[in-house]
Amino acid sequence: MVLLPAFGYLPVLGADTFHLEAWQDLWAHAGLHRSVLLSYFSGLITALVALFIVVLFLAASQGTWIDRAIRRMVSPLLAIPHAAVAFGLAFLIAPSGLLVRWASPGLTGWERPPDLLIVNDPFGLALMAGLILKEVPFLLLMSLAALPQLRPEQRVTLARSLGYAPGIAWLKCVFPALYPLIRLPVYAVIAYATSVVDMALILGPTLPPTLSVSVLTWFNDPDLSRRFMASAGAVLQFGVTLAALLTWWLGEQGIKRLCQRWLANGSRASGATAIAFGGRALLLAVTLLAISALAGLALFSVAGFWRFPDALPGTFTLDHWQRILPGVATPLINTLSVGLAATLIAAVLVVATLEHAARHHLPALRAQWLLYLPLIVPQVAFLFGLVVAVESIAIRPQHALVVAVHLLFVVPYLYLSLSESYRRLDPRWVQVALSLGVPPWRAFWQVRLPLLLTPLLTACAVSLAVSIGQYLPTLLLGGGRVPTITTEAVAMASGGNRRLVAVLALLQALLPFIGFSLALMIPRLVWAKRRQMRGAA
Amino acid sequence: MKPRTTLTTAVATAMLSLALPAMAAPDPNDWDAVLQAAEGQTVYWNAWGGDSRTNRYIAWVSEQMQSTYGVDVEHVKLDDTGSAVARVLGEKQAGNMDDGRIDLIWINGENFAAMREQDLLFGPFAESLPNFALTHPDENPEVVTDFTLPTEGYESPWGKAQITFYYDSAQTETPPHSIADLLEWAKDNPGQFSYPRIPDFTGSTFLKQALIELSNQDDALYAPVVEAEFAEITAPLWDYLDELHPYLWRSGRSFPESGPNLRALMSDGELSLAFSFYPTDAAVAVMEYELPESVRSYVLEGGTLGNVHFVAIPYNSPHKAGAMALANFLLSPEAQAQKQSLSMWGDRTVLAASRLDENDKALFEQGEIHPSALPADALSNTLAEPHPSWMTALQDAWLKRYGVN
Amino acid sequence: MIPNLQSLHIKQMTITLAGEALLAMHCDIAPGEVLTVMGPSGSGKSTLLAYLAGFLSPAFQAQGELYLGDKRLDTLPAEQRGIGLLFQDPMLFPHLSVAGNCRFGLPHRANDKRQQVAQALNQVGLAGFENRDPATLSGGQQARVALMRLLLSQPRAVLLDEPFSKLDTALRQEMRTLVFGQLREAGLPTLLVTHDEADANAAGGPIIALG
Repeated sequence: MVLLPAFGYLPVLGADTFHLEAWQDLWAHAGLHRSVLLSYFSGLITALVALFIVVLFLAASQGTWIDRAIRRMVSPLLAIPHAAVAFGLAFLIAPSGLLVRWASPGLTGWERPPDLLIVNDPFGLALMAGLILKEVPFLLLMSLAALPQLRPEQRVTLARSLGYAPGIAWLKCVFPALYPLIRLPVYAVIAYATSVVDMALILGPTLPPTLSVSVLTWFNDPDLSRRFMASAGAVLQFGVTLAALLTWWLGEQGIKRLCQRWLANGSRASGATAIAFGGRALLLAVTLLAISALAGLALFSVAGFWRFPDALPGTFTLDHWQRILPGVATPLINTLSVGLAATLIAAVLVVATLEHAARHHLPALRAQWLLYLPLIVPQVAFLFGLVVAVESIAIRPQHALVVAVHLLFVVPYLYLSLSESYRRLDPRWVQVALSLGVPPWRAFWQVRLPLLLTPLLTACAVSLAVSIGQYLPTLLLGGGRVPTITTEAVAMASGGNRRLVAVLALLQALLPFIGFSLALMIPRLVWAKRRQMRGAA
Repeated sequence: MKPRTTLTTAVATAMLSLALPAMAAPDPNDWDAVLQAAEGQTVYWNAWGGDSRTNRYIAWVSEQMQSTYGVDVEHVKLDDTGSAVARVLGEKQAGNMDDGRIDLIWINGENFAAMREQDLLFGPFAESLPNFALTHPDENPEVVTDFTLPTEGYESPWGKAQITFYYDSAQTETPPHSIADLLEWAKDNPGQFSYPRIPDFTGSTFLKQALIELSNQDDALYAPVVEAEFAEITAPLWDYLDELHPYLWRSGRSFPESGPNLRALMSDGELSLAFSFYPTDAAVAVMEYELPESVRSYVLEGGTLGNVHFVAIPYNSPHKAGAMALANFLLSPEAQAQKQSLSMWGDRTVLAASRLDENDKALFEQGEIHPSALPADALSNTLAEPHPSWMTALQDAWLKRYGVN
Repeated sequence: MIPNLQSLHIKQMTITLAGEALLAMHCDIAPGEVLTVMGPSGSGKSTLLAYLAGFLSPAFQAQGELYLGDKRLDTLPAEQRGIGLLFQDPMLFPHLSVAGNCRFGLPHRANDKRQQVAQALNQVGLAGFENRDPATLSGGQQARVALMRLLLSQPRAVLLDEPFSKLDTALRQEMRTLVFGQLREAGLPTLLVTHDEADANAAGGPIIALG
């Protein structure tokens, strides 16, 4: 793997002074322990709350039209880039934000925004809220992809026939089987949340910021001697992420023990109403919050001057769109070409791997941990090393290199989203096909792929969204020469013009949104006359 | 085997000798040769991309360069100039001596000092640019001095910035006119002023502004920091900040992320007083619907910090000729006048009026002055930037004192 | 259209897992004959089918030989063995129409595909069902389509994996008659795996008990 040398390559920055001085500087840095604790806890709490919301909803969900409607609203949220969610949320909950504007001065009597530290609060609550908004759709999608194989209806029906309330039945009979299937996605959430940069810059605490933000600041510090400290910080960041993962793992073991008793205690109904209500309410709240955040962005993208506490802008204008649109053709094309290329290559690689494993009856690879390394190792920790490594073997940044580095992130997500469905597809389908005398390649194209069309398209949509969201890899490995809608958006964000940022954030959300819509619509159209295929979707 | 080895060596030598003349940097003093070499090159200009007006101006420059010189200019939009510095450093570490990804960087101050120190810049070239004389460096030493460091021709001046305060005249009648006034004002209007969180560039500039005023422009600020004297010289600053912080926005428990963020907070009505490095920032923000028309700009009575921003060429740029042609065009009266016009960008020129002929001077005649912009004469009172080491030292000290709340 | 009929020979077959012998078998199945293998779950029935059909997981070791007439099959991949399979579930491809399912197994160069399919459907009382979505058929109808799909692929031997266990009682008897009748008529050697004695009786052939 290229990652480890790239990671290990960093010490080259400081040659032999690396071990001592850099680490001493780092330890002596004011607020370091707070930064570390912030990163550690925000990762764990985010994952815990997001998982809690998803599980509660799934337990409460009875497949009624309301549940289906909520589900349908949630999945496209995955398409909204992290930074866009962060901007939208910040504007929603800030003391001068949308919520306060709508309530003021009528309900609050405030003519000026209250001087309250809500966004950038020292405990990182706003940051965690933003992360949860993004991670809930992700975990929900992963769960929904894994669920059908467990035949949850059968399990719940069985438990209900034994007198369990539906929500409790789900928690006791389905969740214990579901968790192992979504465990890696949960780990990815923890790793992401402990090391996130873009959301932390917008929503996170500032005095001190989270560790990953500090590391990035040091890397970009004009004082080049800071790079040594930055490298040490990146290693520390990796350690923090690992520690958070380890804590979670220990928690898993502990809870497994504790829950054995709960699972078998025979309690059939206690808490059932709370689950039925809470599960839906929480997910609905998350969804509405995310949608309002997006609506706030949309409002700002056409806003003229907007005085506090007016509920709406005084004037509306298309100036901001007109300012941005002429320049976005190239970035949009780059975004799309890189995203599609990375997704396509990743899909071929992943499907080939899975098909190989399926044909040769190989169990899930132990080596798949390696695949997830890019998700778990914080980007700031290895990308700078990777740039130097790539430069020193004289590969010059270009589209292909950007696609290659996107693959590092796209492949794991695609694998994550597809492998369970692939592996759990009833082997008898292909056996029937082969026993009918059809060669393996035809069984693959005409049976396996069509049956997996829906999960495959969903996985591709996730991958496309992941590729589109990449900022640092695109900037660093593209040498700045492959502008994408995301690099434009981040650059514009540094200028703080919320109206223009809103336009770019909406544009940035557009492509993945189209991707998810296609992933939803194509199976519906193709299988319009095939009831079971739609049922499986 | 042996003959073949010799042959390989011979071929390699031949290729090297063929390649070398092409790689050699053009001589800035032979301007015709520079323009000739520049034609057909693509110049990757790494410049902060957070301001749509700057971006628009660079797009205009790109069109001009294409039609006049046949040079293709690509704006690489950065969120932080530091990332471009990091890139050049990385390329140097990796031994990339002649095929860097960056041809021109918008730069000044600390970043320039760091790149010079690490020998990451090409030069000297600036003083050989034909248009450079229009800046009249003898009378305007700021175009050859960057945070007290002589530029020595390693960067070419592009524009001028100066700390400018602005406020909403509909809500605030008497804004503070000195750093000392500011404290009293903040006490009367708690929660309505702040400065960007250190180590932000604009935030650090506020510290320097305050330090210059509170230390009565101590000469020591214009030389490298002497550690033994640092505590004594900066003591008044920390006393001042200790007293000021409780009256800042969020009681000083959080600071805005960057200079532009101050503007957004003004826009939201959270702040009543803010400042910017760009004298036309408030006027532009009014035109862009960010601020109300009642906003007015001013500078402090004792003057405010000002500096010049530059463009520089990395040592390993493969398109140095194109980059020099671009740097020269940026200094042309036409380009400078466009840059200064409010409808394009509003960034002040570095050219000396005394060096321009009547036609060129006419280019700079603005129509009406925007009411939210600073009156042109208000900018005469410019304080020079301290030595760059002060920036770093102040940042470190600030982070130690206030970095953890 | 009946090709020259051949017997299925299972010769000295033993299957082991991690060195432990799971099952052993040595038998011949004549054309048109149904051999019933009975045994409780866990007795290795599905392993036997996987071996014969060519899907045995590499975790198992198989010894012995499998012949159809004098053609050795156990060295061939599944799709070249000409051994058809019927499962408990009809396993109609949900993304294809009824006709699509039937045509799936038709040899590539077959003429008159449409007519063959129509004829086959007609034979089991499903005339005109070509364009139906399999998901809209009843259980019995699906089972019949599955049988015809199998026969249209012109197998030379057939394996039945508890094919009637999921049908309700009334339908079960009807399907047994249909399936065994069709297979006998086609003269195919058939191996039936079941735990239902009624299946074995209906098959009317020799019975081997496992486990």
